[in-house]
Amino acid sequence: MSAVLQEKGYDVARVRRDFPILHRTIRGGRKLVYLDNAATTQKPQCVIDRLVRYYSEENSNVHRGVHYLSEIATAAYEAARTTVKRFINARDEKEIVFTRGTTEGINLVASSWGRRNLGRGDEVLITAIEHHSNIVPWQMLCEETGATLRVVPVNDAGEVMLDEYASLLTRRVRLVAFGHASNALGTINPVKRMISMARENGSIVLIDGAQGVPHLAVDVQDLDCDFYAFSGHKVYGPTGIGVLYGKQALLESMPPYQGGGDMILSVTFEKTTYNALPYKFEAGTPNISGVIGLASALDYVSSIGLKNIAAHEHDLLLHATARLSEIKGLRIIGTAADKASVISFTLAGVHPHDIGTILDQEGIAIRTGHHCAQPLMMRFNVPATGRASFGLYNTREEADALVTGLHKVLEVFRG
Amino acid sequence: MTDLRDLYQQIILDHNRNPRNYREIPDATKRVDGYNPLCGDHYTVFVDLDGDVIKDISFTGNGCAISKASASVMTTAVKGKRMDEAEKLFDTFHKLVTGEPAGLSEADLGRLAAFSGVSEFPARVKCATLAWHTLHNALQGEQEVVTTE
Repeated sequence: MSAVLQEKGYDVARVRRDFPILHRTIRGGRKLVYLDNAATTQKPQCVIDRLVRYYSEENSNVHRGVHYLSEIATAAYEAARTTVKRFINARDEKEIVFTRGTTEGINLVASSWGRRNLGRGDEVLITAIEHHSNIVPWQMLCEETGATLRVVPVNDAGEVMLDEYASLLTRRVRLVAFGHASNALGTINPVKRMISMARENGSIVLIDGAQGVPHLAVDVQDLDCDFYAFSGHKVYGPTGIGVLYGKQALLESMPPYQGGGDMILSVTFEKTTYNALPYKFEAGTPNISGVIGLASALDYVSSIGLKNIAAHEHDLLLHATARLSEIKGLRIIGTAADKASVISFTLAGVHPHDIGTILDQEGIAIRTGHHCAQPLMMRFNVPATGRASFGLYNTREEADALVTGLHKVLEVFRG
Repeated sequence: MTDLRDLYQQIILDHNRNPRNYREIPDATKRVDGYNPLCGDHYTVFVDLDGDVIKDISFTGNGCAISKASASVMTTAVKGKRMDEAEKLFDTFHKLVTGEPAGLSEADLGRLAAFSGVSEFPARVKCATLAWHTLHNALQGEQEVVTTE
């Protein structure tokens, strides 16, 4: 923790006290050093408590019952929608659709908007740093509709090449989809500029915000994107819950994604009338506890402040990058000028999988593999990388522990 | 805590650094790919048969130390063996790395014993068996890509 940040009031020791899992030991009494936050984040006590309270005192189905529990569960569920609306500065609660996660949000748009609006001759434009969840749904859609998927290349630093983007952005492009930040490399895309270029071209824009929301203040009105999808579990909330933001007029124009309860106004065997937004897209009993837990997580993040979190994480990124660069044979993949606190790396002569196993024995959790971004791994000509990703509770000491662990890896492998 | 040296034994590190039979056999009787999509490990196993005897065997490809050393040790262990003997060795090896008690003696195992530590690392069993699964499919006459996912 740097003195500067302490002066600004970021007390990481206090933050760590909010996360019970950070105080357990693993692998024979070793301190847990959790550096796999881009995969999922740990949960603060307030989120855990909120889930327990919901199931202990409030559990009921929403939007149906006239009884007491159903009323308070429904109120908490809808209050959570308002919390999300404020968190990303949407215009209206109707624009907040609860999903299982980012993946489902993207699939919803591909399935509902895409099938209705795309055809032969149309194009979907993505970038070379996308997660599989922002590639495969579009591939499936293109296969079904006859549209074509195009990919904007990245440079050697892992940055989207904006001149290529501009030239690929033709009249044929109906939809552009790209990540706010890359899970594999940490690259933060110049989203505002890319969105405005797409809008000028008349294309619809979807942002995969899975890695954006945990690190950056998001204002969907300021961004002016059409859709923004993110996951709760990557922003200190529960797994299995996510959000799809969509501009109201667009969501209104789209057919339902799934049929079932809650998404209807009336059903006869001859005709079904669909419910209003956002319920039209929330078929079936939703993940009520997940929604309520997510709101608690967003409140927690707001209480610390995303600006403070971003500054703390940036300090960790700079410190870890400098320390890791001292290791002989270590190559950082992804050196964009603007990066989230994600460091992907390779170590000469040691496969990432072996690095992961050895670090794990030291109590250090990192991700190894292709990070669900195989085309990107091919772009950098590596089969896999190790990835350390930092969250709001990580410390400089933990980054140092990673460096010590990597020296241990070298000791095992190079003797 | 399990000692890392139980997993990364000297034999494994040696075979990883200097894999044996790491080459192509241009006119091999069998050539099968093995792939672990989880970690990107990718190998090709070449088998040259003389009747039911493995006259020559080799491999190419890349992956983690466990998978590469296992492929290398496998080629040295089955070269010159009959197909059924190789299959039996695979069975023995599988029991070893999954920690299944099989009353295996050092003599049964030979160099394969170096992989006994893998049973303490469940996430690494697939690495250790990738080349063996690939060989198994080659011997069974299945030519498509093998995956351990």
